[in-house]
Amino acid sequence: MTRTSALTRPRPRSARPNTLWLLGPAMLLLIVWTQIPFILTVYHSFRRFNLLNPERQGFVGLGNFGSLLTDPIFWTSVQNTLVLVGSVLLVTVVAGLFLAVLFYQDFPGRALARTLVISPFFVMPVVSALIWKNMLMHPVYGLFARVAEGLGQRPVDWLAAYPMPSIVLMVSWQWIPFALLLILTGLQSLSKEQLEAAKIDGANAWQEFRYVIVPHLAQTLGVVVMLETIFLLTVFAEIYASTSGGPGLATTTLPYLIYLKAFGEYRIGVAAAGAVFAVVLANVVAVFVLRTIGRNLQGGRT
Amino acid sequence: MSRARRARWELTLLAYLAALVMFFPILWLFLTGLKSEGDAIAIPPKLLFTPTLESVREALARSDYARHFLNSVVSALGSTALALALAIPAAYSMAFYPTKRTKDTLLWIISTKMMPPVGVIIPVYLIFRDLRWLDNVWALALMYAVMNLPVVVWTLYAYFREIPHEIMEAARVDGAGTSQELTRVLLPVSGPAVASAALLSVILAWNEAFWSLNLTSAQASPLSVYVASFKTAEGLFWAKMSAASMIAVLPVMVMGWLAQRQLVRGLTFGAVK
Repeated sequence: MTRTSALTRPRPRSARPNTLWLLGPAMLLLIVWTQIPFILTVYHSFRRFNLLNPERQGFVGLGNFGSLLTDPIFWTSVQNTLVLVGSVLLVTVVAGLFLAVLFYQDFPGRALARTLVISPFFVMPVVSALIWKNMLMHPVYGLFARVAEGLGQRPVDWLAAYPMPSIVLMVSWQWIPFALLLILTGLQSLSKEQLEAAKIDGANAWQEFRYVIVPHLAQTLGVVVMLETIFLLTVFAEIYASTSGGPGLATTTLPYLIYLKAFGEYRIGVAAAGAVFAVVLANVVAVFVLRTIGRNLQGGRT
Repeated sequence: MSRARRARWELTLLAYLAALVMFFPILWLFLTGLKSEGDAIAIPPKLLFTPTLESVREALARSDYARHFLNSVVSALGSTALALALAIPAAYSMAFYPTKRTKDTLLWIISTKMMPPVGVIIPVYLIFRDLRWLDNVWALALMYAVMNLPVVVWTLYAYFREIPHEIMEAARVDGAGTSQELTRVLLPVSGPAVASAALLSVILAWNEAFWSLNLTSAQASPLSVYVASFKTAEGLFWAKMSAASMIAVLPVMVMGWLAQRQLVRGLTFGAVK
């Protein structure tokens, strides 16, 4: 039986309720708390406004953007953000692919093992920062340090010596499950026959992976990369609760810098300019995600 | 044993190993939370110990812990209730009475989720300050509802559009109005969708820390803010810190286990089929 898509199905006009009443409240809330504030962010980005000196306000044109773009700290934070997002993407996609292939096969206890693997995704970011920072990576009390001592090695102060790799590890740990679950969903649409056919043609495990599985997953991997990028661009709590952007500026990402400018230095104008930049950066990716989502919507019932 | 069977065994073993590695940090937190303060800092670390609820009890007994826990419950449940109240009619309208603009509307709703919170935090903070909403748990719940509304709308919409329209038509012939159609016909068959949307919303709100860190302080702050205050490790009681974190994590982790599939579906907006 074929059904017409919900989106294209015609309806008798008379039976149509007033959709404005149904949709309006939800849309109003989103407009009031996302669209209008963003317009205000843009407005503030053109103005001088320091919360410590609120009388001295006024239009400064592109002044805030000027002082932001000429500030080396800003570029360091942009670079840190890109390194963090890029590294976590790499780790999560590779690990996610690997785990997805493992969990694609049926084996006794698969459901339990999968549940354990994806659990990090449900740990609140603040707690995961705490687990890694205090319980595992702490140079004195951390488990890693104690294991190192047990093996006669000198313990390493991971967050001081390797701040960004440590944050990448921490954030990847939380996002591997997301990549895994998405890739697993993508894999499930791969028919066993395709794999069998490859086997009959004499493909070994690696060739099967490289020439059957990976091409099949191309679209899924694209979506994983785009969605993760959007979510990773907003990583904040992990950094707040572990390194506070340090040591120095080593882990100060764009969201954290905006937070520092706004609530540490009270420089609303400069922080707003940074925020506009962050939104533009996220939108570059969001445009592509929304296009994919829109295409799938058109496809109707899934 | 044949080669193929051995390879299968190795892969299975590898999967178990991966599960252990990924879950280990959580396991370590839970184990430490069930230790006494002395066992928690023992060198070498103790794997075998007598579990005790002493640290859990002490963490719970602190009056501020109870307050933060309550704030987490209020902000998670309050925001979920509001998001559902707004999303159910919106998703119903888009699924059953689509117009030319429905697709654009839905995409627009989803696009608000792609806006980084830093893009709006400054004006929201200033508005909250002027309205005296800072450090107010209900105002925090409002922001959580805004944050989760796209996910909730999408989850419900994706379910609603699978429901045969004939059900609605039959009700309409019987003279049911819009609100009756919604409450008496649609909702009774949408239990699973509403439940998974609610579960998702509660999990995301419970774990959130950007809005809570910036908009709340002593009075309204949920567990995320309280746990973040442990970030300086010096002078900490490890077992109590772990116990406090464990109680903060455990309820939503169980929910996450139940909602794993819906969670991903909700966060991908149908981009992965």
